[in-house]
Amino acid sequence: MKMAASSERSPPPFPESEEQELEPDLEDEDSDEGADIFTGGMLSDVVMDPPLPTSASEPAKDIFSDAPADSFNDPLNKTSAEPEKTESTGLSKAQVVSLVDKAADDEDLFSDPLGESAAAPVTDTKSAPLLDLGEEPPKSDVTEKTASAAVKEDVSAEVHKASQNDVVSKPQKDIFEEPLKGTVKEPATDVFSEPTGGAAAVNKPARADLFGDDDEEDLFKEPLGAVTKKPQVPLFTEEPNDIFTEAKAGSKAPSDLFTEETFTAPSAAAAAKPSVNTGSKTNGLHSDEEDLFAEATVELSLDSPHNDKRKREAAKPSVPASTLSSSASTSKPQPKTLEELEEEENEDKFDLNISVTNPEKVGDGMNAYMAYKVSTQTTLSMFRSKQFVVRRRFSDFLGLYEKLSEKHAQNGYIVPPPPEKSILGMTKVKVGKEDPSSAEFVERRRAALERYLQRVVCHPSLLQDPDVREFLEKEELPRAVGTQALSGAGFLKMINKATDAVSKMTIKMNESDVWFEEKLQEVESEDQQLRKLHAMVDSLVIHRKELSMNTAMFAKSVAMLGSSEDNTALSRALSQLAEVEDRIEQLHQDQASNDFFIFAELLADYIRLLGAVRACFDQRMKAWQRWQDAQNMLQKKRETEAKLLWANKPDKLQQAKDEIVEWEAKVSQYERDFERVSATVRKEVIRYEKEKTRDFKKQIIRYLESLLQSQQQLIKYWEAFLPEAKAIA
Amino acid sequence: KGSNEESAPSVSANSIKITDITQDGETLTFAITSQKSSSSAGVCVFRTYEDFDWLQQSLLSQEDVPGLLGVIFPPLPGKPLPSTSFTQAKALKQFGFLALGDEWKIYCKALELYLQQVAAHTTLSKSKALSSFFSSTESPGKHRGKKGIFKRLSHVMEEMRKEGHKDVDKFFQSERDSCTHLSVLFKVSTEKFLDTVLTKQKLAVACGHFSTSLHLVCNHDNPAAVTFSKICLKLSDIIEAVKVNFEKVSDNDVSSMGLALDLESRYQEAKKEMLFRRTCKLVELEAANRNSERAKPNKKAIMEGVQKATQKEFNLISSVAKKEIEQYHRARVSVLRDFLVSWCEKQLSTAQETSALFSQHLEACRGFVV
Repeated sequence: MKMAASSERSPPPFPESEEQELEPDLEDEDSDEGADIFTGGMLSDVVMDPPLPTSASEPAKDIFSDAPADSFNDPLNKTSAEPEKTESTGLSKAQVVSLVDKAADDEDLFSDPLGESAAAPVTDTKSAPLLDLGEEPPKSDVTEKTASAAVKEDVSAEVHKASQNDVVSKPQKDIFEEPLKGTVKEPATDVFSEPTGGAAAVNKPARADLFGDDDEEDLFKEPLGAVTKKPQVPLFTEEPNDIFTEAKAGSKAPSDLFTEETFTAPSAAAAAKPSVNTGSKTNGLHSDEEDLFAEATVELSLDSPHNDKRKREAAKPSVPASTLSSSASTSKPQPKTLEELEEEENEDKFDLNISVTNPEKVGDGMNAYMAYKVSTQTTLSMFRSKQFVVRRRFSDFLGLYEKLSEKHAQNGYIVPPPPEKSILGMTKVKVGKEDPSSAEFVERRRAALERYLQRVVCHPSLLQDPDVREFLEKEELPRAVGTQALSGAGFLKMINKATDAVSKMTIKMNESDVWFEEKLQEVESEDQQLRKLHAMVDSLVIHRKELSMNTAMFAKSVAMLGSSEDNTALSRALSQLAEVEDRIEQLHQDQASNDFFIFAELLADYIRLLGAVRACFDQRMKAWQRWQDAQNMLQKKRETEAKLLWANKPDKLQQAKDEIVEWEAKVSQYERDFERVSATVRKEVIRYEKEKTRDFKKQIIRYLESLLQSQQQLIKYWEAFLPEAKAIA
Repeated sequence: KGSNEESAPSVSANSIKITDITQDGETLTFAITSQKSSSSAGVCVFRTYEDFDWLQQSLLSQEDVPGLLGVIFPPLPGKPLPSTSFTQAKALKQFGFLALGDEWKIYCKALELYLQQVAAHTTLSKSKALSSFFSSTESPGKHRGKKGIFKRLSHVMEEMRKEGHKDVDKFFQSERDSCTHLSVLFKVSTEKFLDTVLTKQKLAVACGHFSTSLHLVCNHDNPAAVTFSKICLKLSDIIEAVKVNFEKVSDNDVSSMGLALDLESRYQEAKKEMLFRRTCKLVELEAANRNSERAKPNKKAIMEGVQKATQKEFNLISSVAKKEIEQYHRARVSVLRDFLVSWCEKQLSTAQETSALFSQHLEACRGFVV
């Protein structure tokens, strides 16, 4: 049933979506960064597409049987029909894994993940193929049935063959002997790019959805980042790519060769995919080779979660499957690029280092504003230089948020919200009071803005946004206007409105996917919990400050005791004690600000972020609503047609039929939109959760370090005081 | 004086311990063990606050001790009020540190110190009342003793102006000035220190709430959130450790520095009272001097007699007071030293423990795979 759904749906989306969604992207990004080697291929691909789906299954079969000949047909049938074969390939895959592991060990690729979690990489990679095994037959079924899609991919694969072969053969040369490469390379690219393309059309978005679901990604991403050009990387990343391709390779090739072919095939698949992506992504973030590998990594990391998910959703496979397959075509190019970026981000955070420093008051009186130095350090080639500094005022940050949320929120992205405007805090600064509370306000805001920007650039799709680049790079920015709406209460109101709308719509929406329902509930309870925690941290901070104040007063009175004391030794000891207490007071104060800046602000950030998460659920509801409305409209049009038929009014009938066609197109468009948004929301929420875990871990370590340091200071203070106390005679 | 010494072999001050406390309604009963300095056999008696009060009154009203008014009486803590109607805030206001600690632990410690100080006192240790306090099977407080000099004192208290009366002796004048000054400073320090301890206790409570809430954040339904749940649990443990640290630190504060400050400020008060009693005697003497000067011849002899007696008494009080002050100064320095050292050592070991615990947590946290 799942397969039927996907085969029905897959063909039309391809030409449509790729034309509609890719081309704007191309224009957009090409203009920014010049051409890419794949752009040509990409465009020709698009041009070539339309004829294919029109005659969907017919030419597909032709090419299908012709081009790959026996080598393709055979194994495909075998894999789908004979589980034993699949199993054996699965086993050999395990061998591959161990092979790769070995190689990796040699290269110290794994030193990082290994250190992080003992045996994790080995066990995880092995469990991945195991999971795949179970899922294999259905996948190859999908391939068969979505033949047309596969064929189309084949075409594109062939178009890019030249370049693929170049890329693919490079790593191979390193690991394998020449002759092998020669024999394998040719058929591999031809044959396997085809099924992989088809399968990828189905699987990729699924993975995209589930991206970030699994630890594996972490395990792999480090070695990747470490040595992108090492041959092991393509090997490694390709190997779990898709078992069914491997299965084919394994079944028809001698055991020696099959490993090689396995690699070749997926790499070809990987090559086929990025060729589409690189066409749209021309920021020059990676070399082409890196693109391929990153791509492959993404597939790898998503493989097992995908299967997991499938298993879990086995009871209701039709819904997710159709969602996946159709959103596959629509959202394919862009998310892919994002994943690569995210990979890149995760691999090496130092690729983009942003700091907000030097808050400075500009102007006087009520027209005064704060300006901040935004410094960027990066190795990303999308930026003009490696290091640059701009000055931005607070409203510029808000303006950036507005632009981003305008563009991306509707697609289901979680756009990180900036800190709210604070009229009270800013007024104090404007008035120019140099009191500690206004200094704290400025520092608090500076830190919040820094975290905000870091979150923005951490987001792969937001980093791609020209407005972000402009914000970071451009010397002068047009004055942001209309940010008043974001100030203080207004901002909160906005978020609340969004969440209200969501909850209202939830009632109406007969949720087709339990995942979203559960997640939204989770998000809501999380929001409450975080608010509670925030209140607690707040009271903690207040108590700490109180303690610091009390300690200061105690220190003062001890100092007075010391100076009034007649006994010289006692007097001396008391004065020393006063000093100790003074230092302890400083410790309490530091700890109070640590409590605040580490926990309170972290929680406040996440409460704000949860607002954005809710907003992206809201966007999904809106897309759903639009789809439903269109369906209702289509229903009405059909009724009109029926009435006209019955009334026998042929003159108006044609118009009604046209309208039906028009609305049918709209319905399917909106449905795809909804599924695309759903897929994005799913991915974004998972990404959010991952980031959250990472963030909390980081902050907790920071907090512990501060606690530890403060205890160590205490030890020092008391150790120094002890002889003084003992010296009292 | 002599008979006192013979009849009552003094109790060894270091052996005095309050080993147990029982509460029966509004009455607290303390189990007190002690040893006579002459024997190794321990004696255990049960005493209520009324018995302590009786002891203090008896000490104050001893008639056969010359220069009694010059003695700095070890200060007895106020009457404990275990009643539930007595709020924590009120108790804190009245007793300060003594109201803290579980089960009147700190209060017992203060009573114990009081008994030890009385037993260690050269004059007071010879009192019959003390010896019967430590040995009598009956509760001595039931037979209320004579109204001691407290009654007389309270009468004198009305004449507060005497406090500022210029002293004839430079030593006493400076002692009086510094005592008034120090007594205020110690009181303030005690209050301030109490504030820090109370805030630490509040922090411990706040940490407890925080830690509990972190437990609730854990999402057990969602397997994807396992790592996050683990992190929250870890943080909960860490906050719990912070809480325990606060509790330990505040316990250390209360049981050493807090008690020392409380004792010292009460002692300063006792010293001030003694000095005031002497000042009153001085005022009395000066009045007698004037009276004898102005007295008509027929009364002159009587007046001179009164004047001489008062002069003698005053001189005796002054000499006792001088010794007492010296004695007290030596004792307080050593008491404060002991408390300071023990406080410092406790804080040090607590900080070391906590620091080790934090290190462990930190290592565990760094080991999390995200």
